[in-house]
Amino acid sequence: MAMLEVKNLGISFGGLKAVDNFNVTIEKGQLYGLIGPNGAGKTTVFNLLTGVYKPDNGSILLDGANITGKKTIEINQDGIARTFQNIRLFKELSVLDNVKAGLHNHHPYSTLEGIFRLPRYFKVEKEMNEKAMELLKVFDLDKESDYKASNLPYGKQRKLEIARALATDPKLLLLDEPAAGMNPNETAELMETIRFVRDNFDMTILLIEHDMKLVSGICEKLTVLNFGQVLTQGDTSEVLNDKRVITAYLGE
Amino acid sequence: MKKNKVLIQDLITYGVVFLMWGLVLLMEATGSMTSLLRGLLVPLCIYAILAVSLNLTVGILGELSLGHAGFMCVGAFAGAFFTQCMENAIPSVGLRFFLALILGAVVAGIFGILIGIPVLRLKGDYLAIVTLAFGEIIKNLINVMYVGRDSSGFHFSIKDTTSLGLDETGVVIIKGAQGITGTPRAATFTIGMLLLLLTLFIVLNLMHSRTGRAIMAIRDNRIAAESIGIHVTKYKLMAFSISAALAGVAGVMYAHSLSTLAATSNNFGYNKSITILVFVVLGGLGNIRGSIIAAVVLTALPELLRGLNDYRMLIYAIVLIAMMLFNSSPKAIELRGVVMEKLRHKKSAAKEAA
Repeated sequence: MAMLEVKNLGISFGGLKAVDNFNVTIEKGQLYGLIGPNGAGKTTVFNLLTGVYKPDNGSILLDGANITGKKTIEINQDGIARTFQNIRLFKELSVLDNVKAGLHNHHPYSTLEGIFRLPRYFKVEKEMNEKAMELLKVFDLDKESDYKASNLPYGKQRKLEIARALATDPKLLLLDEPAAGMNPNETAELMETIRFVRDNFDMTILLIEHDMKLVSGICEKLTVLNFGQVLTQGDTSEVLNDKRVITAYLGE
Repeated sequence: MKKNKVLIQDLITYGVVFLMWGLVLLMEATGSMTSLLRGLLVPLCIYAILAVSLNLTVGILGELSLGHAGFMCVGAFAGAFFTQCMENAIPSVGLRFFLALILGAVVAGIFGILIGIPVLRLKGDYLAIVTLAFGEIIKNLINVMYVGRDSSGFHFSIKDTTSLGLDETGVVIIKGAQGITGTPRAATFTIGMLLLLLTLFIVLNLMHSRTGRAIMAIRDNRIAAESIGIHVTKYKLMAFSISAALAGVAGVMYAHSLSTLAATSNNFGYNKSITILVFVVLGGLGNIRGSIIAAVVLTALPELLRGLNDYRMLIYAIVLIAMMLFNSSPKAIELRGVVMEKLRHKKSAAKEAA
């Protein structure tokens, strides 16, 4: 069974069909790319998948379960986690606390247990610290765990966002332009990290990206969006050599 | 490593309170306590509790609330009403006061939830204005409320005492604009300090727990918080109502430090809300220790300067500006950093020498 199965997804804002008749099927463990020119509706697709927008029509199946029209927090609990195009970290919190916030739903104790420091508080907080440090180590952020998130350099902030998303223990990870603003070295390193996450966390990943080196380097399959509609989809090498895709990016 | 840092910061905060307490005890013992100062002790505790509780809404939750005095008002009247009603049932003043504190907190907390549900849907300036309005509404509603009790039970009116229709055993408890009179003045400095410590315990532990992390995550980025499965409305309401409940506790203290409690604008108007907000902003948003220090300094200062008559508000204003600069100006922060660094050097040098 496919990890993500989207059928006929569509939404309009006013008279504009931002996304129309969008279909995609992503198998478990796949590294899938969503590309397209600016304003094609890529981020809108992410917002539809994560419940930020309610679709006008179409259905979204995650691992066989219908999640169409659910709220963002429910969809996260069902197993979709995401990062954002413009980084959205908890700026005033420490790096460690950012990841611990991601662990929120998986390591619960009540507010009263927290205020009165009952034994469960110490036990669960210890678990959380260990789990969070483990995740930070994967992204080579463990030495900065005390830093305020806003004090991290740009590339590390991107990594921290991925770590935070992974902390929610998702089945499907959505990355919105993870390489935006990175230099070639950072991008190369990021590609390694994404691959590592897929292999070691047994993760299915859907990513939006403009950096074609990254896309051709790690994505197994691609969907190209243009003006809210699927232009073409298939294996990466085929799609990237498609005349229509080149036209959509560069013009006639 | 990080855990210890938090612990040390918290201990310093508790230390500041104990230091204040010790100072007052010392002054009492040496007989240098003036009656002016003694009269200030309970208000100091009340304002410190109010500042800490408002910091939970403004600094930790990140929502500007201008109606904090409203919650204090609710707590004050609920507490005083309870104390009056239970005069015969519970003869012990101390026990009645204790129960009144709990009741005041609960009632103010419920008001926090009721008001929070519509208000927390708004953001920024809109939220500030609506909380301001709610604060005024609460005050004005209590101002026209008449409640009495006779052999047949409670009577309620919003006109005057005669329309309550009490029989000869009847007593009017809340007399509209005249409020509640004859509440025993049970609030002492010791109780105030204990309540301040309790407030600190609740707020600091909340901040450094899973719930506090969720609340601060919402403050820093609501959309990201939702995306990792944090229930935004639930935690916003929780922070808002805990903040209101603590303001209610301060209100009950306040009611039990006055012989006459009336919902005048002087007591519970928006000026009061702004005053509390000034403590929070000057002490630093999210800085609990700062709130306490600012509340104490800015409450005590105008009273202690009373002898200077015309100049006291001038000095008050200068202190306000100086504190603001000290806390927020980049140059001052830089300077503080340099001083701290020097102190650290001296410490490590002394260690090496030893």
